[in-house]
Amino acid sequence: MTADLPPPYTALTRHPMMARTSHDEAARFNFLTHFNRYLSGTIGKGNTLAYAKRAMPAFRAEHGREPTDRHEVRDAMNRDPWHRTWSALKRNSMEMRQQNGRQTVLRQLDDLDARAQRYNAASGQLELDPAVDQPWYQRAIDIHCQPGGYHSVERAGDVVAGANYDIGIFATTGGALGGLNDGGGQAVVEWAQRERPEWQPKRILDIGATVGHNAVPIAQAYPDAEVVAIDTAGASLRYGAARAAAMGVTNIRFVQASGEDLSRWDDGHFDWVQTTMFLHELSAKALPRLLAEANRVLAPGGLILHIEQPQYSDDMPLFEQFMRDWDAFNNNEPFWTAMHAQDLKQVMAEAGFPRDSQFTVGVRAVVDPAIFPPSPDDAEEDFGRAAVWNAYGAWKPAVWAMAA
Amino acid sequence: MDETEPLDWVALSGKRAKGRRPEFFEDPALDRLYSVVFALAGEVSVLRERLDTVERLLERNGSVNRADIEAYEPDRQAGEERGLATRAYLARIMRGFQQEVEAMEADDPPIGELVEKLGRE
Ligand SMILES: C[S@@+](CC[C@H](N)C(=O)[O-])C[C@H]1O[C@@H](n2cnc3c(N)ncnc32)[C@H](O)[C@@H]1O
Repeated sequence: MTADLPPPYTALTRHPMMARTSHDEAARFNFLTHFNRYLSGTIGKGNTLAYAKRAMPAFRAEHGREPTDRHEVRDAMNRDPWHRTWSALKRNSMEMRQQNGRQTVLRQLDDLDARAQRYNAASGQLELDPAVDQPWYQRAIDIHCQPGGYHSVERAGDVVAGANYDIGIFATTGGALGGLNDGGGQAVVEWAQRERPEWQPKRILDIGATVGHNAVPIAQAYPDAEVVAIDTAGASLRYGAARAAAMGVTNIRFVQASGEDLSRWDDGHFDWVQTTMFLHELSAKALPRLLAEANRVLAPGGLILHIEQPQYSDDMPLFEQFMRDWDAFNNNEPFWTAMHAQDLKQVMAEAGFPRDSQFTVGVRAVVDPAIFPPSPDDAEEDFGRAAVWNAYGAWKPAVWAMAA
Repeated sequence: MDETEPLDWVALSGKRAKGRRPEFFEDPALDRLYSVVFALAGEVSVLRERLDTVERLLERNGSVNRADIEAYEPDRQAGEERGLATRAYLARIMRGFQQEVEAMEADDPPIGELVEKLGRE
């Protein structure tokens, strides 16, 4: 009975850099956590029913055939009153999450900025580079309805973007990422340690690290390694570096740089290149460029690993593809749909990772089960937001094949 | 902006996200109304949670002050009780939506058909 109740916000591990929530601010996140679970759980099947009973028959009557791709499904469903209602609810939930988080952070910004500045000045773990541009695909729209995106500056040197990201992700994921929102990174670590128990990577690059939710657990698991977490968004890095320092994690640096241009690192510099829930926020041209750069800086024998939601394939029902696309059209994730339709293995191969060096593996957020109930299982999966992912990876061949 | 001037955090927090918002309903007033109703639904939930905190503090201490309310964190059991209450609250306010889903599943004929049938048979 209680197994599917999300934990209260106060169950999160409040690290010293985290924005402090008043009683009511925490309660707002509690409401949203429940609300999101209600939308995907209790009434989530309304979309399936509306499609089967109304939208699909109407499409068939009009066209004399079934829809052939997810976009036709979307056109049909966008006319359905239930789907519109459900989408309106979901969109509002995203917007409320943003406003609630921003109120919390902005009202205490003086304190947060000062704390971040202290941590960053003392730790030396932050390296900003004002010459790094925000890529156009980050500026064109505010991704997942986060006002100002990952990079906006409310005033010089502020940490609003990162601080708000850190407190609100609990609500949008229904508490499924664990006490430090690092369930994904912990899953990666668990996988790597099982897969190669002896492996001790020395240099690790995390591209698009945001505030380091999933880079920090890697640094913690490999204390002898040096982790470089890069992002284009200074506003997120400032917070992320301070958060890591506040948590006492010293073997990670937050560096402002674009994954499309890793020229400051030599060929083969890193033993491991990681991206987590990142590739879907690029663009069609940026993705291959970035993967080619990742390949270049990865040492022979090294690991590249991308955590994403599963790619669409012919095996995936069109309705599921359509539902997974919801964020692209309703929650400002414009690359989501094109990215998930790509044959990532082919894209990886073209970036220099031979197909026989590639693998995919399913991973599930690793969280403390005593506090956090497991992510809803596949049956009621929250199309695209569940803490269940695919890892697309490759071990870069140690010896180059002649024909390569 | 002048660094020493305090930010207007209330105004800033409502900033809109760049990107055109989908219109979910034919009448834009409905879109606005949904935003209001669910923000209020959230606030009612918050009020109820706060009251629960006050009750628990009174029960434990016999008195209550604002600092204690702000510092209150439910233990495991209280967290579950409050979570269950929130779930029950949501079930009450969302009944219309939930029953619409049930109705899609059931496919009942219009009541008029039954009225007619019972008048006949
Ligand atoms: C969804 S977030 C990634 C989440 C993060 N990896 C984690 O595990 O929590 C996407 C991030 O990618 C960053 N980003 C976008 N384009 C980039 C690029 N070309 N190079 C580096 N970072 C980029 C954004 O600023 C944003 O912080």
